[in-house]
Amino acid sequence: MDQSSILDFRSGTFFAPILVLYNNDLEKIEQRLQEKIASAPDFFSSSPVLFDLSELNENDKKIDVEALISLLRRLSLFPVGIRGGDPSQEKRALELSVPVDSGRSRNDAILPEIQRKDDTMPEVQPVIREAVRAPAMMITQPVRSGQRIYAASDLVILAQVSAGAEIMAEGNIHVYNTLRGRALAGVQGDTAARFFCLDLQAELVSIAGIYKTSEDLKETPKKKPVQVYLRDQALIIEELS
Amino acid sequence: MARIIVVTSGKGGVGKTTTSAAIAMGLAKRGHKTAVIDFDVGLRNLDLIMGCERRVVYDFVNVINGEANLNQALIKDKNCNQLYILPASQTRDKDALNLEGVGRVLEELSKDFKYIVCDSPAGIEKGAYLAMYYADDAFVVTNPEVSSVRDSDRMLGILASKSRRAELNMEPIKEYLLLTRYDPDRVESGEMLGLDDVQEILSLHLLGVIPESKSVLNASNSGIPVILDEKSDAGQAYADVVARYLGEKKPLRFIDSKKGFLRKLFGGK
Ligand SMILES: Nc1ncnc2c1ncn2[C@@H]1O[C@H](COP(=O)(O)OP(=O)(O)OP(=O)(O)O)[C@@H](O)[C@H]1O
Ligand SMILES: [Mg+2]
Repeated sequence: MDQSSILDFRSGTFFAPILVLYNNDLEKIEQRLQEKIASAPDFFSSSPVLFDLSELNENDKKIDVEALISLLRRLSLFPVGIRGGDPSQEKRALELSVPVDSGRSRNDAILPEIQRKDDTMPEVQPVIREAVRAPAMMITQPVRSGQRIYAASDLVILAQVSAGAEIMAEGNIHVYNTLRGRALAGVQGDTAARFFCLDLQAELVSIAGIYKTSEDLKETPKKKPVQVYLRDQALIIEELS
Repeated sequence: MARIIVVTSGKGGVGKTTTSAAIAMGLAKRGHKTAVIDFDVGLRNLDLIMGCERRVVYDFVNVINGEANLNQALIKDKNCNQLYILPASQTRDKDALNLEGVGRVLEELSKDFKYIVCDSPAGIEKGAYLAMYYADDAFVVTNPEVSSVRDSDRMLGILASKSRRAELNMEPIKEYLLLTRYDPDRVESGEMLGLDDVQEILSLHLLGVIPESKSVLNASNSGIPVILDEKSDAGQAYADVVARYLGEKKPLRFIDSKKGFLRKLFGGK
């Protein structure tokens, strides 16, 4: 057999959410994780996850890596890497087939500095989160029925989003075309997230878990640019003029 | 290098095999050496529509398994010497095909043929996946009704994300819309979606509209692709499709309702 048709190594990037822990109480972690998962079950179910212990270790909070890994697996997440662990934590992770990631992302490095500056001003928290978020994800092709997109950032879509498609973002969503599918902005609970679209014919729009379905959207004018945002826990749909 | 065309839809019974036979014949008639492959393993329809069912000895699965070589399995069309048919097996199930084997056969065909037309089975499972994976162009066959449009949209998502071109980050598959079984009277009366509605939902390059026509059934009963029935509306519409695919400009035909036309003629509403 031709050797070249057996396997190939290709360079590529692999996407996984990074779970940064600030607290070593496994019960609290479990509870908070369950809430997160409930907010976007499709995204998290069977999702790979890399966990980051650097915050814990900097504050001398030890965590039992074995217990953490089994907790993640129990919640049907797949731990695919450990970051910021001490040597014994890294060794234990390796024994449990979880590789060690020594990289640190750009955003990780920015975070502590900003936080120190604004330590005393809790109300600027959203600004910090904005700064930490990855650059917006940009989609130029139509999002078709059955396709799903998740952005851990803002999401900008230049083509149409079909009925039966689902777009989700932790930040704002912009659709510079017609939306016929489902759009969920602020999926991690950011109530300041907004949604913009040139023609709203959606099956569902949601911000931070508060949603309207096509039934509720009947009255909204079609083929008009609109924005959607939250005010006092209510979803406001407003024509952009 | 051959151009690989997949004729696909998601939904069943919309006219994929009818279309595959017609465009393969249309391309061959214009002098391009063309092969048409039946991917619908287990059902085997294409050979009936091409009228070569009695000449099937070896099939696609035999070639993939190395039980026959391509030349043994390819059937030369009785009406056009530039057209060859690679039939599906009736006795195997879908698992008889595999990605690597399909790739090998297509590569071998590519050396010799200008166009390879892949007639996809219905659905979005393995058979349809294998038929579209290596494609350069996709003819998305759609009927003017909501469920067919939705399935086509789904198939477009698969073409854009699961094909070889998508996986290798190459230029994406060129997608064309082919609206078939179009009945302008039923569109007029609101029973079916109109061309504009379908275009708006799918926003695809429209390659043609094939009217609902008795000539299609007549053609398939006599085992002659409808495009050879040059007097029929469906045959002419398919000829236009082939011409447009090859870059010629042709105005759309057979899209206006006769009733609507009469009404206009007599000044009614
Ligand atoms: N333009 C048309 N006018 C009238 N009947 C048509 C037309 N196109 C297809 N048909 C009929 O519709 C039926 C299905 O056509 P065909 O077999 O080409 O569809 P298909 O998409 O290949 O189906 P499958 O999904 O089962 O493979 C056949 O009976 C055929 O004669
Ligand atoms: Mg068929």
